[in-house]
Amino acid sequence: MCLGIPGEIVAIDDAATLTAVVEVSGVRRRVNLACVLPTGADPASLLGYWVLVHVGFAMSLIDAEEAHQTLRLLAELEAFADEVR
Amino acid sequence: MKFVDEFRDPALAKQLLTRIAQRMASPVLQARAPIRIMEVCGGHTHSIFRYGLEALLPQTLELIHGPGCPVCVLPREHVDDCLAIAAQPDVIFTTFGDAMRVPGSRQTLQQARAGGADIRMVYSPLDALQIARENPQRRVVFFGLGFETTMPATALTVQQAVGKQVDNFFLLCHHITIVPTLKALLDDEDVCVDAFIGPGHVSMVIGLEPYGFIAEQYRKPFIISGFEPLDILQSILMLLDQLVEGRAEVGNQYSRVVHEQGNIQAQQAVAEVFELRERSAWRGLGEIDQSGVRLRTRYAALDAEREFALRSTRVDDPAECRCGEVLKGQLQPQQCPLFGSGCTPAQPMGALMVSSEGACAACFQYQRNDSQ
Ligand code: SF4
Repeated sequence: MCLGIPGEIVAIDDAATLTAVVEVSGVRRRVNLACVLPTGADPASLLGYWVLVHVGFAMSLIDAEEAHQTLRLLAELEAFADEVR
Repeated sequence: MKFVDEFRDPALAKQLLTRIAQRMASPVLQARAPIRIMEVCGGHTHSIFRYGLEALLPQTLELIHGPGCPVCVLPREHVDDCLAIAAQPDVIFTTFGDAMRVPGSRQTLQQARAGGADIRMVYSPLDALQIARENPQRRVVFFGLGFETTMPATALTVQQAVGKQVDNFFLLCHHITIVPTLKALLDDEDVCVDAFIGPGHVSMVIGLEPYGFIAEQYRKPFIISGFEPLDILQSILMLLDQLVEGRAEVGNQYSRVVHEQGNIQAQQAVAEVFELRERSAWRGLGEIDQSGVRLRTRYAALDAEREFALRSTRVDDPAECRCGEVLKGQLQPQQCPLFGSGCTPAQPMGALMVSSEGACAACFQYQRNDSQ
């Protein structure tokens, strides 16, 4: 229940109810976009975005740049360790 | 899986562990050892046991598994309320799978279902609303529980029910909020914690600001963390850095998901639908002021507490249950006399044994896997 999962928005199921289809490791499920769609925006504008899904709702747009930043920091740690060796 | 696998890299985990050991060897931290870090969220507890992180960390660093599993802190009397509602012949009772096995004073929802009650597991509150629309002649009750992570989903579903005039849909609300409970733990003299691993998905909704007082008034470092092993190890390192340097700040390791302000749309939906209760009961911890929410009066028509005139009476856990002490980090799960004998995931006595996010269940499950 509390474990959120990342999924990619691959289709819009029903724009009127803000329902999209996300793919989570090959499995498709419906999710509601009400919490991540800017007011008045077209749901289709979120196609291709990755979202964190919780109990049927997309709760956060995943920021790919921030994910890379975190990984870059971790990679630097490894590079540093190699130098020391 | 994208955004997941990258954060499980074993080589990087090793580097992080080396760094953590170096920090722990610093004179400042050696003088303070053991360093006790509480992970607030059950999702972190689950990952820590799943990946066996505790065994990899220096012995002078203790992880305390906090109260952040909503199923684990669900009082028995609330399960009894659910059972009383589900026993009404015209009711379809719906809830998340995790709530099905929590013991009430006599039964679990799962047992009541086996006995013939119409109790259905749903993945989302929207599924419960759909069941209500398909069954207009029945009263459909959704038992909503969880922290701020699931609260917006319930709030939006309530708004939809009203908007679509579904008048046979009711909410039994046991949503709770983590910040007052952290404050209660910080004020409890029995609980000594040096730093916190903050809940990732609660923070995705509420943002960073609500935790400010923990750093400012209590001088405890607080890092919001993701759920993969590298996330947790990096967060621990960030906390140790603060302790070494004598800083206490709220930081965000999980910036790919948690944005500074949280999710404003979700916060608005929650504020429109819910208001704080004066106090709420937490299993193992007792009553905590302003730690739970209920429907605002404008939504009273959907309130299952009113519809079914509930008057729950408090039911205490059996005296041998040590859940409260485990929740506060005073006892390891294995030190409870019931652990693995009177209390197992198949036959839970205390709630920490029910959900895979509960400290006792996580400990039991992965300890067994290790010895196989
Ligand atoms: S073993 Fe069971 S009774 Fe003991 S603390 Fe854990 S959940 Fe509670």
